[in-house]
Amino acid sequence: MLNNFKKSKPQQFSFLILIFLFLYFVVPEDENSLLWRLPPLLKDIPAFINYLLDNLMFNWLTIPVYDPDWGMYEDQAIVRLITRSISDFLLFLIIFIREFFLGGMQTISSLTGDSLKGLKLAYLPAIPWTAVIMGLFILGYKLQGLSLALIASLGFFYVSVFGQWEPTMETLSLVLVTAPICFFLGLFFGILGYLSKKVETTLQPILNVAQTMPHFSYLVPIIVFFGVGDHAGAVATIIFATPPMIRLTILGLRKISPEIVESGLMSGCNRFQLLFRVLIPTARRDILIGVNQVIMQCLAMTTIAAFIGAKGLGFNLKVALNGLKIGKAAEIGICVVIIAVVLDKLSLAWANKQKDYFANLSFFQRNKAFVYFLFLTLILGIIAYFSAFYFEEGINFLYLIPFGKGLTIAPLLDAGVDWIWETFFYYLNIFNKFLITYVLFVMRDAYLGMPVISTFFLIMGAGYIIGGIRSCIIVGGLILFIALSEYWDRALITAYMATFAVGISAINGIVVGSLCARNEISTKIILSICDFFQTFPSFIYLIPVILLFGITDTSVMIAAIAYASVPATRYTVEGLRSVPSSLHDAGSMSGVSNLQRWISIEFPLALPHIMLGLNQTVIFALMMIVLGALIGTEDLGQIIMGSLSRPGGAGIGFTLGIFVSFICLAVDNLIRTWTDERKKLLGIN
Amino acid sequence: MFKTLIKVAAVFSVLLFSSISKAADPIRIPVLNWSSQIVMANVMAQVFEEMGYTAELVPAESASRYEAVRIGDLHVAHETWESTMALPFYEAMDKGGLIDAGSHNLITFEEMGVPNWVIEEGLCPGLPNWEALKDPACAANFATADSDGKGRWLEGPYEWHTEVMPNRLKGLGIDDLWTVKFAGSADALWAELKAAKAEGRGTVIFNWSPNFTDAAGFTFIDFPPYFEGCRLENGGTLETTGCGSPKGWLKKAAHIKFPLTHPSAYKFYTKMSFTAPQIGLMADLVDSQGMDHAAAATEFISQHRDLIDLWKN
Repeated sequence: MLNNFKKSKPQQFSFLILIFLFLYFVVPEDENSLLWRLPPLLKDIPAFINYLLDNLMFNWLTIPVYDPDWGMYEDQAIVRLITRSISDFLLFLIIFIREFFLGGMQTISSLTGDSLKGLKLAYLPAIPWTAVIMGLFILGYKLQGLSLALIASLGFFYVSVFGQWEPTMETLSLVLVTAPICFFLGLFFGILGYLSKKVETTLQPILNVAQTMPHFSYLVPIIVFFGVGDHAGAVATIIFATPPMIRLTILGLRKISPEIVESGLMSGCNRFQLLFRVLIPTARRDILIGVNQVIMQCLAMTTIAAFIGAKGLGFNLKVALNGLKIGKAAEIGICVVIIAVVLDKLSLAWANKQKDYFANLSFFQRNKAFVYFLFLTLILGIIAYFSAFYFEEGINFLYLIPFGKGLTIAPLLDAGVDWIWETFFYYLNIFNKFLITYVLFVMRDAYLGMPVISTFFLIMGAGYIIGGIRSCIIVGGLILFIALSEYWDRALITAYMATFAVGISAINGIVVGSLCARNEISTKIILSICDFFQTFPSFIYLIPVILLFGITDTSVMIAAIAYASVPATRYTVEGLRSVPSSLHDAGSMSGVSNLQRWISIEFPLALPHIMLGLNQTVIFALMMIVLGALIGTEDLGQIIMGSLSRPGGAGIGFTLGIFVSFICLAVDNLIRTWTDERKKLLGIN
Repeated sequence: MFKTLIKVAAVFSVLLFSSISKAADPIRIPVLNWSSQIVMANVMAQVFEEMGYTAELVPAESASRYEAVRIGDLHVAHETWESTMALPFYEAMDKGGLIDAGSHNLITFEEMGVPNWVIEEGLCPGLPNWEALKDPACAANFATADSDGKGRWLEGPYEWHTEVMPNRLKGLGIDDLWTVKFAGSADALWAELKAAKAEGRGTVIFNWSPNFTDAAGFTFIDFPPYFEGCRLENGGTLETTGCGSPKGWLKKAAHIKFPLTHPSAYKFYTKMSFTAPQIGLMADLVDSQGMDHAAAATEFISQHRDLIDLWKN
């Protein structure tokens, strides 16, 4: 009997839940009881972080710096001088690229000082949009062929014709600076991590936190360190977009078989040659996926970056939403997706392009495409110069279509939202009331009525059953950190919303994913839909959702589910598609029906991968729940969002961000331990 | 040794980078996410450029920008509302680096209120007098799915006034009929206005004037008059905490070096003082007439050329 219990995890889990329920109902609600709530021993952490930041930026390690404005020496902290120099450098790069697309003279004049200020000629005109599109066409054609050429040029044609050229170029210039920086940083740290186990073990937790921490919690520290402006937006983007690159670099390098390394050594490579001529080219595929992730993440950050001063689509999106202009916001969102698609495809094509080894080509033959581009730009520039006399009101449509002067489908989209509202509101309202009264509030009260002892018993018990004493302690430690703060009740509310959102998203994802994975075409379609929703700025859902469901928890849940279903679906599809077809055939030969095959062959085999998707679902759901504070919530997110506009908000926001990240990490630990074991059992590597 | 190394490295990096972009030193003006503020930023930028300066518009966040003004990342913060922004404004002043560059020529008002159509349809007879809220039949018209049968006040984000509105309900003795919900952002308030109208459900929301809602018709509720110290957190009692909101100022903040680095721009900035109808016009040019912000600013300047020239000299 006892032996049986030791082996059977379901039995252990039911026993765990029995004890949990027992504790839940036995422990009385009493603010002074340690069994009910732990004392806030760690409540000084935010103040400590603020103290640290303040001193770092203003008091410690100061050197006298001459200030020409005051005409005297001023003590400035070295850390601040360094971070500000980084800011200035980033800003210079961003503006430099921006001036190609939009024109200007800032970078020129900053290099020459005041000497050129008076000269009108020092103004760098923008490349006309027609030329940029021709350039994209040529680039796409050269890299891959006609289809890519059409995608790239038509995408940007849309952007221009819809009057979003200026903000799009502002965003693009930010991405063109941040993406390469993320790439190089990622490659650098990835290689270091590959070379030294020590570096990898220190990197791992930092990467975990950087990827799971809600963006809003590190915006204020960034303002303190780097100031506000495009450079601050760039820093936030780099923090968010670099980790996947590091991870994939390490992963790719690890996967290389020793034979390849040996053959490199036998050919007489020294260490650098081995790294750059052998290892990195071999790991190219994973590194490429990293580049693709970097681009996606950079664009996913456009709206967030706008909170700390990045110009471009994200900022316009915020303004449009403030005026409840959903149609306009959606148009801007589509532009973000278009840039993502074009950059993604171009970078993939560029990376996949084989190097050609023809020698003795003339300069023209080698750079044919570039010469054509210069020639066309010249012609289009001349056309744009003269067309200025043709168009009225100082708007030259062949040079740059100004913001708000293009075509628009916004009224159509708005009408669509109105129609949905008019048609479904009555039913939605009934549904909303039912959901809030009988599900959400019941669940919230149940979570809030949970004594801390039973919570810990459940979490640590689950850790113990899944991963032994190690998982038990890790998970318990992560949650203990939150329990010892003043914000435990809020964390419980966050947990309730996350549980609900993740549950529904997982069901959504698994059902939709399983249906779509049945055939080739629907798989492709669903994966591109996933891509779309992953880059489409999630802010845009917030307003229509409020219109439909009011300022209630339902709205937050709907937004979170819409966003978190994406990874659940994607991983389900990928997991099911990776089941070898020989197994399908074997099943069919044994005479199973479609449903049986799904239940007993495909699903169990795909389950480890699907669980990894669940892991992502938790992260996505928590991100959106924190963002849901913009609708109105009473959880950790409300304070994180509020910390943006609160004196001393840096410490509080950062601490609570760490809390959210710890929730993710605890879930991650459980799921990862389980999948690793499961994969071993199933013999999947 | 280590310390000197750091110092040398720091000095080098400073020399290398900061000299590049500091030369132009444009006047950095924050833009937030509502129309009048953005148009006013554009008006200032265009005037500064007329005066021979360069100006740069920097997207920013309403309260965190005071820290940025304090340390000189931004030069100005030109719309500072007393009730929502006084706290970070004075905190930055306490730390040193931010100066008060005077107020606009208007009195701001912020209060709970209802859109006019709520009164016209008689959802709560007796409004705008607050006593009307005592009627249970009135409160029932303002209930929502999550308000537990009570009428709902939709207050702005919690950090704007923290416990003031819940305390006010208690002070007025109507907390058994009404409850407060905190919206997450100003966007959420406007979405609620639109949704409530489409649904025909009453709504009491936090709002302010001058604002774009002035045009559509919005009535503030008359609460017992405010006096210094009436609120619980300012030392008031439960009897007095039902008082309404104070009338407030709309200030302009500047970085302490701004007068030194851009003297005539600063002079213009201190003289610049808009009235409520002027700010209303700025919002109107964008929200109703569909201009983009820069064009609206140009239009505004051309309509108020005399005034602007007066401030410039």
